Amino acid sequence: MTVESTAARKPRRSAGTRKSPSTKPELVQLLTPEGKRVKNAQYDKYVADITPEDLRGLYRDMVLTRRFDAEATSLQRQGELGLWASLLGQEAAQIGSGRALRDDDYVFPTYREHGVAWCRGVDPTNLLGMFRGVNNGGWDPNSNNFQLYTIVIGSQTLHATGYAMGVAKDGADSAVIAYFGDGASSQGDVAESFTFSAVYNAPVVFFCQNNQWAISEPTEKQTRVPLYQRAQGFGFPGVRVDGNDVLACLAVTKWALERARGGEGPTLVEAYTYRMGAHTTSDDPTRYRGDDERAAWEAKDPILRLRQFLESANHADEGFFAELEAESEALGRRVREAVRAMPDPDHFAIFENVYADGHALVDEERAQFAAYQASFADAEGGK
Amino acid sequence: MAEKMALAKAINESLRKALESDPKVLVMGEDVGKLGGVFRVTDGLQKDFGEERVIDTPLAESGIVGTAIGLALRGYRPVVEIQFDGFVFPAYDQIVTQLAKMHARSLGKVKLPVVVRIPYGGGIGAVEHHSESPESLFAHVAGLKIVSPSNASDAYWMMQQAIQSDDPVIFFEPKRRYWDKAEVNTEAIPGPLHKAQVVRPGTDLTLAAYGPMVKLCQEVADAAAEEGRSLEVLDLRSVSPLDFDSIQASVEKTRRLVVVHEAPVFFGSGAEIAARITERCFYHLEAPVLRVGGYHAPYPPARLEEEYLPGLDRVLDAVDRALAY
Repeated sequence: MTVESTAARKPRRSAGTRKSPSTKPELVQLLTPEGKRVKNAQYDKYVADITPEDLRGLYRDMVLTRRFDAEATSLQRQGELGLWASLLGQEAAQIGSGRALRDDDYVFPTYREHGVAWCRGVDPTNLLGMFRGVNNGGWDPNSNNFQLYTIVIGSQTLHATGYAMGVAKDGADSAVIAYFGDGASSQGDVAESFTFSAVYNAPVVFFCQNNQWAISEPTEKQTRVPLYQRAQGFGFPGVRVDGNDVLACLAVTKWALERARGGEGPTLVEAYTYRMGAHTTSDDPTRYRGDDERAAWEAKDPILRLRQFLESANHADEGFFAELEAESEALGRRVREAVRAMPDPDHFAIFENVYADGHALVDEERAQFAAYQASFADAEGGK
Repeated sequence: MAEKMALAKAINESLRKALESDPKVLVMGEDVGKLGGVFRVTDGLQKDFGEERVIDTPLAESGIVGTAIGLALRGYRPVVEIQFDGFVFPAYDQIVTQLAKMHARSLGKVKLPVVVRIPYGGGIGAVEHHSESPESLFAHVAGLKIVSPSNASDAYWMMQQAIQSDDPVIFFEPKRRYWDKAEVNTEAIPGPLHKAQVVRPGTDLTLAAYGPMVKLCQEVADAAAEEGRSLEVLDLRSVSPLDFDSIQASVEKTRRLVVVHEAPVFFGSGAEIAARITERCFYHLEAPVLRVGGYHAPYPPARLEEEYLPGLDRVLDAVDRALAY
């Protein structure tokens, strides 16, 4: 062993005392937390043509998504859903990136992308089937170019990369966007998707919502460098954007999508945001984080921020907000009624779509199950 | 036209035919391009079909299968190669969690026509992780189909059928038989992919096997014939689904069954066959269903593999035990 390597093995500061490198992020911001528009030489052009109507649209998307999300949380508390993964706090990251997409682009979400689903035109009640336990997804991914939710974290980044490789083979100028989180960034599949997309120059945007917490584990348990910097080692650009700034998320995603369409390959966008709620309705964040942290992020709320901008710029009047309030309540009611009316699946759904071309064992077991069920009918009939 | 060719060459010809006839077919894997694969199964394909369709991938099995899923969602029909049996496990999550379930999760709206080729099994004196038989680990998973040809003709046709399947197919290639030659008629209309075939009729006992063990069972039947025993050899060809009807028909005739595979006996495909055939043929059986396979131990160093793998004498011993009842 050399002197140098001996020295290198001296005890270092433990991870626990090491200051997280992510506490003072350099990030792209177009709207301050107070709702003030700030100039940005690189990204302003991607929102230069945005109209007051567009801005009201983004606001409406965020408000309705939050309302839907709150309704789903309530429905879980009422026993109508088995579980819900709330996106509270992440509306700007999802609406900003989601509204940057074209219809022919394709989305590969995790299980929390309710705002992106909204942008794609997926009926919100469709998202609730899997959380109620009546199916494991069920919507047609090709109807809205929005793939099924993926629960095992990170896996979908490879699907997005493969899909993007196919887009490039087809000579299309569509782009693909893969959503994942700070926890998933530790998965090998995410690293492999970075490798494959870089090697094949695939038209894919990796959109990482760093919401600071992977259930109970803070981001510093996942990484020693800011996540966006990981892209550099794979040979493509990474950028950190204020994930609570819908305008900045829109602009940066547009830039990344433009790179993909222009044959410049993948981009990593790290949207720096915060999971305001629990990981899911089964989680208890009081066991691992304090109220002060949440309060600090509440001051950066994405919806409040845009509202302040809309009001200060006179882009929206009281009538708009009142109308939206009514629309929100109507959405909540519609979702509530739709979930309560959602029927349990037919028992034989167990055996449906296991295979596209059929399978002898599935047929045999379906027949056995049918005979078993019929045996009760016989017994009852015989009485 | 019929031509004598090695099993590896038959798969090569089958892949070539698929690449020619369907522009959506892709071949992907480590070293499948210029090198033609470590077993030369993809030899010459990249030269003729280009790097866009015969794709050398990074050395990451999960990435290979994961991107193949994405390509399938885009409308392609990827045929991916896992270089060796023991290397498939980094891709196991993508295969089991994603590939197998996505059709069901979408309520049938998306299809995943992906073929995963895996050269498998021992008998070639290889180093660790190059001789395993993990088929049961995949057969346990609904949504996957598992096949393994035993000869060149089946290799050609079963690959054609696997590529045409709208379900994911794990295609186990018996690597120790890669160089065995047989007549391949590329114009014959094949039987169904998942149907077993009696490759040697007999009356006293049924030997059921697939992939590399079919040839061994034929040799066992030859040896037993010299002792006046008439053994039927059933080439199962498919592990999922298993063709229980054909096994049942054979056992109802012979009344005795020995299942042979290289994979460990414990929780192996032979266990499933034994259980189901006991249910189906309880009153026909003259002896318990016996199994011959690997032991519950890691695949041993090459100098021990002859002891570990089912061989002529071990299968004959099981035949004798079954006949002694």
